[in-house]
Amino acid sequence: MRPILMKGHERPLTFLKYNREGDLLLSCAKDHTPTVWFADDGQRLGTYRGHNGAVWCCDVSHDSTRLVTGSADQSVKLWDVQTGTQLYSFNFNSPARSVDFSVGDKLVIITTDPFMGNPSTIQVKRIAEDPEDQTSDSVLTIKGPQGRINRAVWGPLNKTIISAGEDSIIRIWDSETGRLLKESDKESGHQKTISSLCMFTDKSHFLTGSADKSAKLWDTRSLTLLKTYQMDRPVNAVAISPLLDHVVIGGGQEAVNVTMTDRRAGKFEAKFYHKILQDEIGGVKGHFGPINALAFNPDGRSFSSGGEDGYVRLHHFDPDYFSIRM
Amino acid sequence: MAAAALSMPEIENKAMNLGIDLSTIDFDNIVLPPGDDFGINSDDEDILHEEEAPEFETGYGNVIVVDNLPVVSPEKFAKLEGVIRKIYSQTGVIKEGGLWMPVNPDTNMTLGYCFIEFNTAQEAKEAKEKTDGYKLDKSHIFVVDMFDDIDRYMNVPDEWTPAEIKPYEAGDHLQHWLTDEKARDQFVIRAGTVTEIFWNDARQVRPDPVYQRQYWTDSFVQWSPLGTYLATVHRQGAAVWGGKSTFNRIHRFPHNQVKHIDFSPGERFLVTYSSQEPSNPRDTHRVVLNIFDLGTGKLMRDFRGSVDDFTTGGSGGLSGISWPIFKWGGGKEDKYFARIGKNAIYVYETETFILVDKKSYKVDNVVDFSWSPTDSILALFVPELGGGNQPARVSLVQMPGKVELRQKNLFSVSDCKMYWQSNGEYLAVKVDRYTKTKKSTYTGFELFRIKERDIPIEVLELDNKNDKIIAFAWEPKGHRFAVIHGDGPRPDVSFYSMKTGGITARVSKLTTLKAKQANALYWSPAGRFIVLAGLKGFNGQLEFYNVDDLETMATGEHFMCTDIEWDPTGRYVATAVTSVHEMENGFHIWSFNGKLLYRIPKDHFFQFQWRPRPPSLLSPEKEEEISRNLRKYSKKYEAEDQDVSLALSEQDRKKRRSLQEEWETWTARWKQYHEEERELRLQLRDGEASDDEGSQEQYEAKEVEAEEVLDVHEEIVD
Repeated sequence: MRPILMKGHERPLTFLKYNREGDLLLSCAKDHTPTVWFADDGQRLGTYRGHNGAVWCCDVSHDSTRLVTGSADQSVKLWDVQTGTQLYSFNFNSPARSVDFSVGDKLVIITTDPFMGNPSTIQVKRIAEDPEDQTSDSVLTIKGPQGRINRAVWGPLNKTIISAGEDSIIRIWDSETGRLLKESDKESGHQKTISSLCMFTDKSHFLTGSADKSAKLWDTRSLTLLKTYQMDRPVNAVAISPLLDHVVIGGGQEAVNVTMTDRRAGKFEAKFYHKILQDEIGGVKGHFGPINALAFNPDGRSFSSGGEDGYVRLHHFDPDYFSIRM
Repeated sequence: MAAAALSMPEIENKAMNLGIDLSTIDFDNIVLPPGDDFGINSDDEDILHEEEAPEFETGYGNVIVVDNLPVVSPEKFAKLEGVIRKIYSQTGVIKEGGLWMPVNPDTNMTLGYCFIEFNTAQEAKEAKEKTDGYKLDKSHIFVVDMFDDIDRYMNVPDEWTPAEIKPYEAGDHLQHWLTDEKARDQFVIRAGTVTEIFWNDARQVRPDPVYQRQYWTDSFVQWSPLGTYLATVHRQGAAVWGGKSTFNRIHRFPHNQVKHIDFSPGERFLVTYSSQEPSNPRDTHRVVLNIFDLGTGKLMRDFRGSVDDFTTGGSGGLSGISWPIFKWGGGKEDKYFARIGKNAIYVYETETFILVDKKSYKVDNVVDFSWSPTDSILALFVPELGGGNQPARVSLVQMPGKVELRQKNLFSVSDCKMYWQSNGEYLAVKVDRYTKTKKSTYTGFELFRIKERDIPIEVLELDNKNDKIIAFAWEPKGHRFAVIHGDGPRPDVSFYSMKTGGITARVSKLTTLKAKQANALYWSPAGRFIVLAGLKGFNGQLEFYNVDDLETMATGEHFMCTDIEWDPTGRYVATAVTSVHEMENGFHIWSFNGKLLYRIPKDHFFQFQWRPRPPSLLSPEKEEEISRNLRKYSKKYEAEDQDVSLALSEQDRKKRRSLQEEWETWTARWKQYHEEERELRLQLRDGEASDDEGSQEQYEAKEVEAEEVLDVHEEIVD
């Protein structure tokens, strides 16, 4: 499995996203320009210029026409995927951390960081059919959780919102009323900051990764803990294979602790685990900084990883990957 | 414990009055409100109260009484007070108004004694030690006592009452772990605040928990040399634990602020050590050493003094002690213990706990000594003196009697190190000598054959004399040793044998392994096998080497490995990364031939220690017989092994199946939800037919060629 090394960002990667068809890969980094690539051969298609700060997260609409990006410049911007023109900018008074389109792409969840005395929020905005009619009014604003909310995504049928963040608790909210429906158990749940959350394609279950060196699999509807994958390093990024019963977990020693020691010391591999048996399948080495972002191609035949080192590594699986027996 | 508060019949009566049936109550499930113990002390609080007690009792620990002062009239009172103040302010700080000299109200004369209160009890003790017997003049010799002592002596009853003899209680079976059916070994680990003891269950390829306890020790834990006890260290002293199923406290050894502990090799005694910072920064640290009897828990002897008394010559300094201070000799009977002092070695015997022959053993300028591990033989090293006029010397001295058995003079020596073979058969002395220019040193070995007549000495020099010696190790109970030597980043490893060359045995080289990534040697306790380890700079390279066949069995790596320890039987090796690094903490267990069995990651991993075993009770002949008929015995165990591995794989299959089934029930439910919600989802998507999840429809990458005319140019060709 020879990876394609995609050098386009000048700063650490923060997020990766495939479009539904799996032909485009969108990457966000701490430099200010989200980039779109051909998911097949890693050619750079273009960039989205306009942000003035690190871009933390993005999402692309079902029909691959609209891109939404959340940035530390306190704005969330809506783009035309094809032309790269900025359609609209939602402005906040604190950095935006995560964005997620609803089913049908009419709504988007945006989370903002606690900043200058403002608490963290989860906000729902309506996306107008015609960008001309777009307003910045919030349909719903949820406040409450302490600390940063690192990720908030839609539950099945846009009925719920699932959020996770620094307080290491996963919460399920009613997306109509903003009422808190469920909270993850403190004992069995994560013990430290949840850094990432990845929803399975049919939204039935999701995977969370945490600085407590574990990743956990949860039922979306009941919030029951299904599986725990124990790692030996803090987890920054997780992804679930849409094709096989595999999950991939990445992370590494915190960037501040990465010293002059051997590259192996940092544990910058992406580790594959069997989703059901929780056994380690293998690892993919390559990055020389912690892995910050992971994404599976929707066809499950390739995946890409983005690291603190500023590179995106695109891996097409070898044929023997598909015949791994556990 | 409850009996201390209320006696059992009282409890029953009370229960009766309240109408409670005691038999229906589960006492273990009663939770007391936090912060209230209803006057019932838990076992652990007990320690706290007990050992700190003397200080709480009166609070006069910092007061001394000075007797035999001159009796003076009021005119001279001030002068005498001044003199006393002058004497005592040298030893410590007298509290304000802390000097009180009572006066006889009838005669206005002093009574010939005074009380002095110091800032700390420690200063008071020191003042007592220093000035007791101080001669003010001929007829006034100070008698100094602690105020508390006077109190205590006053309270001694005048009549002798016979000591109460406690009924005999059967002790716990302290060696129960040796009777394990599967002959497994135990080990203790300390990670975070938890101390845990496990069986090493290599067949099941995992550790099997025995006992665990949080906050069991304040600093470290240590097995006794034969594995009977586990010692924990606390602020108030040390404690030893052991027993059949759980670890019960066997004894407590009170010693405030204990820092180091050391067992005698035969497990008869425990030495505890503490040092206290002086109140006056110019003074040296005060050192307290206690020797306890492990069987009874009684204090046998204590040593106190300034740290200087316990260090030798050169390396004084603040904490320049090298632990253990006392080295035990005389084999497993723990007959002697000795420490080194200035120009002398102090050898004590454990019968009486006094110096052998009631005096120290004078050896001018001695800097190092060591006991033979089996006999009462001391090896001493005296460095070169007088600029080379008096040669350096290594001598062997028999105890008791101090008979010099053998002596060897050595010239232009810079340093010496002594290595005993574990049976006391050989002594290797590594000698660093100056070259002629005195600018560099080279190393050679002097090998003593202790058990042979007249103790012959052989001199061994490496093939390349200038090689630096990185490590040296004797084969336990064997006749071979290994040396890592070399200058470059990849040193060589050589093996030598003491038993080559027919009747008059000679030392000779077996082999040299070139350019190894190794800087530490770990022999199997059973001999024959050795792990060549590259710790620190070599990132944890491991090589498992068979010295009988002179071949490498396996190589491995435990990245960042800091510690390696063989289990006491020589079947397994543990390699650990302790919290000197932040990452990778945990331990790996390997088989003797280098197969990685299992790994356990643990954050904040501090300590790994195998539980030692007492020596085998089989005679050497019997052992040989067993090893000759090994095949006969091994059959049985091989069959057992197979059963276990079969059962394991069966278990594993079952577990996997159940996991898979569980997962399938979930997915079935999810699929159902997904189907039910299909319509709604379609609505949300404005009826867009392509439901979702893309994976069903494949896209195709098409190469589209587009031509564009950039420029048209006409040119006439001839």
